[in-house]
Amino acid sequence: MFTQLKKINTVISSLFLSFLITFPIASLAQQNFDDIEIQVLHVRGNIYMLVGAGGNITLQAGDQGVLIVDTMYAPLSDKIYSAIRSISNKPLTYIINTHAHSDHIGGNANLAMMGSNIAGGNTIDLFAGTGEQAKIVAHENVVNSILATEEDQLDIEGWPTDTYYTASKDLFFNGEAIMITHQPNAHTDADSLIFFRRSDVISTGDIFRTTAYPFIDVANGGSMQGVLNGLNNILDMAVPADRQEGGTMIIPGHGRLTDEADVLDYRDMLTIIRDRIAYRIDQGDSLAQVLATEPTFDYDDRYGLNSGTFTTEKFIETIYNELSSQ
Amino acid sequence: MIKKYIITFSMLCAFCFSAQAQIDLSGEWGAVFHEDFDERRPGPEMVEYQGIPINEAARRRALSWSPSLLTLPEHQCKPHPSDYGSRGPSNMRIWKEIESETQQLVAYHTRIRWQAPERTIWMDGREHPPEYAAHTWQGFSTGRWEGNVLVVRTTHLKQGWARRNGIARSDVSEFTEHFFRHGNYMTQVVIVDDPIYLTEPFIRTNNWKINLSQQIPPYLCETVTEIDRPQGVVPHFLPGQNPFIGEHAERYNLPMEGVLGGAETMYPSFIE
Repeated sequence: MFTQLKKINTVISSLFLSFLITFPIASLAQQNFDDIEIQVLHVRGNIYMLVGAGGNITLQAGDQGVLIVDTMYAPLSDKIYSAIRSISNKPLTYIINTHAHSDHIGGNANLAMMGSNIAGGNTIDLFAGTGEQAKIVAHENVVNSILATEEDQLDIEGWPTDTYYTASKDLFFNGEAIMITHQPNAHTDADSLIFFRRSDVISTGDIFRTTAYPFIDVANGGSMQGVLNGLNNILDMAVPADRQEGGTMIIPGHGRLTDEADVLDYRDMLTIIRDRIAYRIDQGDSLAQVLATEPTFDYDDRYGLNSGTFTTEKFIETIYNELSSQ
Repeated sequence: MIKKYIITFSMLCAFCFSAQAQIDLSGEWGAVFHEDFDERRPGPEMVEYQGIPINEAARRRALSWSPSLLTLPEHQCKPHPSDYGSRGPSNMRIWKEIESETQQLVAYHTRIRWQAPERTIWMDGREHPPEYAAHTWQGFSTGRWEGNVLVVRTTHLKQGWARRNGIARSDVSEFTEHFFRHGNYMTQVVIVDDPIYLTEPFIRTNNWKINLSQQIPPYLCETVTEIDRPQGVVPHFLPGQNPFIGEHAERYNLPMEGVLGGAETMYPSFIE
């Protein structure tokens, strides 16, 4: 069963990654999402993980409203909203974006317009639109990425309304501290880790995924070392419960629900691969020679991609180029 | 009249077989190490992979594994995964969970001495979770009776190990167990399927003897920083630089092609 699921998962990941790079959001709207169902997994307390197509959504619900991390693709918005309604009848108040890729922000505009933020008193009369859509929180570089690559594809209602440019930003919502940490030059240059402090849940975006090697989006400021820094920071933030299990739960950008031990294995693997390529570079090897040593061979059946834009070969090449330039 | 007796006998037999199929595994079980003692207690040596149907990916990964990895705090309190737990210090308690109203068996629970992992084997016919659910060290197990044999299927495992010298077992593995009770003895057959690192199912057996006076003590594990390293350091051997290659083969005068493992090394024909 798992072999089949893995193959299906790999194919889906590969396909969506290809769409992500190759096609604008307008084209994605023409893809058939009819068969995609939004699955809801209860993580802990008032935290849920929504799984469909595109990046996982983290959902926090409470008396003040609903907060979600990322929005998948635009055509799935109605299904996502139905899933939200199956958990809470409170307004969708906050959307936090982990980065700017369309499989994570595609539904921003639709879902924001289905929500509302907290407003009252005189402001409702003074400013048109006040309170009429959910706030969208993201690092400033998400806006920069939209301006650079997706301005024409993402409705203005889907652009972040509440950006931060510093190392971190805090929210307090539904009685819980939510710590948003910028992870520079990782999957992209706009990545945020979102830590639900009371619930003890981290939403990682695409710095961590269980389905494949990381996609390092160099064109948008990504780097292998940034991904490793992000994974190491997740390990620093996470505290496992008894027997190195549970405790801090970690929702990856893609794939299954995890905890520290899963991130640890992923971090170990990427560090080993990085070290192998660095060693070959130190020996004076060319990219072709490094590829010939198959530095990822022992992990490829689990995490490698042979098709799509970011294949295993491209992954190795990206690390090679980054290390060679240092 | 005869027909009536046949029906009655059939009903009695049905109950008879039903009772047989519910042989009880509960109790305190002491591990018996007459099999594979050197591997299970002192532990395997480095680059001792014979008898395991690993593929080339598993072999290369094992050759890069350094025991120093276990000095990292995040690695120190990991319990054995359930497919390996019986190999270690595996004195075990098994107890039943019975639904009060119906007296139906809901689950078996187990607790093993080393790192004290507790495991549940659901017997109530429930489905396994979806793939996107969390994977755990013990996985998700469901059981059913085949005669007197308890057959257990386990999915949702974390990445683990096939042997304690770096042979990895992937997180997409599943395994099947068969528990046989022979009076005061119990045998477990473990069959691991790993599409990532195995070319054939990996089969092992473990045994226990009932121990009425056994007391499994509490097991606490706290991590410590054994070596102060910069963030992100992962001990491992670069390709071709494992200093232990050949050590085991030389000590026991074994051919390298044998100690490097693979399905062929499981069979007597390999020795011939």
